[in-house]
Amino acid sequence: MVRTFAYRLAAAVPLAVLVSFLAFGLVHLIPGSASETILGDGATLEAVAELDRQLGLDRPLHEQYWNWVTDAVRGDLGRSVITSRHVSDTLIERYPVTLSVAGGGLLVAVAIGVAGGTVAALRQGRLTDRLISLGTATGLAVPNFWVAVLLAFYVGVQLGWLPAVGYVGPTESLFEWVKHLIMPSIALGLGSAAVVARQMRGGLLDVLDRPYITAARAKGLRYRRVVVVHAMKNAFIPVVTVIGFQASVMLGGAVLVELIFGMPGIGVQVVGAVLSQDLPVVQGVVMVASLTVIVMNVLIDMSYAYFDPRVRLA
Amino acid sequence: MTGAPNRADSPLLCVEDLVVEFRGGGLFSIGAEKVHAVRSISFVVGQGEAYGLVGESGSGKTTTGRCVLGLQVPTSGRIQLGSDDVVELRRRDSGALHRRIQAVFQNPVASLNPAMSVEEILAEPLRRLLGIRDRSAARRRSKDLLDEVRLPSDMLDRRPTELSGGQAQRVSIARALAPEPSLIVLDEAVSALDVATQAQVINLLADLRDETSVSYLFIAHDLAVVRHLCDRIGVMSTGEIVEEGTASAICHTPTDGYTQRLLAAVPVPDPTVKRVRHGLVNS
Repeated sequence: MVRTFAYRLAAAVPLAVLVSFLAFGLVHLIPGSASETILGDGATLEAVAELDRQLGLDRPLHEQYWNWVTDAVRGDLGRSVITSRHVSDTLIERYPVTLSVAGGGLLVAVAIGVAGGTVAALRQGRLTDRLISLGTATGLAVPNFWVAVLLAFYVGVQLGWLPAVGYVGPTESLFEWVKHLIMPSIALGLGSAAVVARQMRGGLLDVLDRPYITAARAKGLRYRRVVVVHAMKNAFIPVVTVIGFQASVMLGGAVLVELIFGMPGIGVQVVGAVLSQDLPVVQGVVMVASLTVIVMNVLIDMSYAYFDPRVRLA
Repeated sequence: MTGAPNRADSPLLCVEDLVVEFRGGGLFSIGAEKVHAVRSISFVVGQGEAYGLVGESGSGKTTTGRCVLGLQVPTSGRIQLGSDDVVELRRRDSGALHRRIQAVFQNPVASLNPAMSVEEILAEPLRRLLGIRDRSAARRRSKDLLDEVRLPSDMLDRRPTELSGGQAQRVSIARALAPEPSLIVLDEAVSALDVATQAQVINLLADLRDETSVSYLFIAHDLAVVRHLCDRIGVMSTGEIVEEGTASAICHTPTDGYTQRLLAAVPVPDPTVKRVRHGLVNS
């Protein structure tokens, strides 16, 4: 199992390299340079050129890239050209916040999505099913930042049930950590819950129609066992694919949601870094985020083997 | 099997005035016309008897089979299994019903859960219906079941997608045999198989009946298949039994026009005979 995981991860290395090219190249497409940001509007061309030289920004692109990669492999992601802080320090401090929000969002998406989709399928065509359909349509139509604002204002400020802003680390207080994550997770996860619910409903209806379900009922199994063991496990295969995709959606959405809830995640940092062309920060964040997505996808891939024994792990 | 004794004297399954209606389509199902899938049919399957229900698709024979299995609640009428009412028994204790009635369906591979191994497929009814929880006991019993349907015991570790159609249908039969039922409903159980495999499975079913004295309700559209296995045959058309009789009577001296057309649809390898029979249809 561990070997398979390592093997699959190794197979994703070319993808990671490609991502690093893209991140590097895209930042360089933005006009201007970090030096202009640092020196401000009134800087002379000579001063900018001088700072470029100091920061190594005057070297050829491939050389800059190579320097960055060789350092990164050693664990040194460089320093921010604006604040001089180590990028790895920033990541260690802020990335767990973003990961917590994304994880919470995914949990909400899977829990509500699977439950809602299953209930809708079992009550096909009835009122419950139509209400859930309405719910998923709403969930898809409403943007997560709007839900976040509504929640923060009504539940957080008006009712005062949950903290409207801020973040507390799990090592400080597990209870406070969960409390601070509830609203961001709901705001982030609802849209994806709708996507998962639709897939779950469709998948389950499709499987419930298969002859082996009739056969399972005809051999006298309890309906609950037929649904849970025979239908849901098979219906879950396409749902897992959707969940894997939603995992990366969560990571992107977390950046926006944590901004609204005033959480010290990676979002604020990376937006600022892009605007000020702070290449080491952008590059570091993009790499870590894409590695997270790659690991998630490898895990999802491997989970197919559980749901569908026809899939062999190689 | 033609000319076999009529074993309907001691009835096992008794279907009386069975009616099944479906509401027609339409988005809101208001004012939609009722569809009569089955309109008042009655028949009896005796202890150890093989009863064939034939008819074209849409004649209501599968709906009848689903009612007998308790999968479909009839609009009216009674289905008695021994002294119990099937609808009532299924509601009260579905396990008790399915210890006595089992089923084999049309599509051999699709009728088996692709995520399960043959061993798991056979262990499930053993556990649920007979309470055999011990893994090695279940495995031993599963091997016996495979042996009964003439499959090697190493099939236990295969998955449905690794089986041929004939093998998958034998697994389905083994699964149906697991609780030693008194009646097996075979709904188009050989229709999806090629002719050679069909013959093997029919012979297997005939042997199994001799060995276990199980009864069959054999539902099919193909008279040629049915007459080899069944003692008596009921011919269904548009929800009614239009003719009923012993297999040889139905096949040699059909009285109803529909039965005659059904018989004419059976291909005959001899061109001379075929020509003669086509004359019968045209007259």
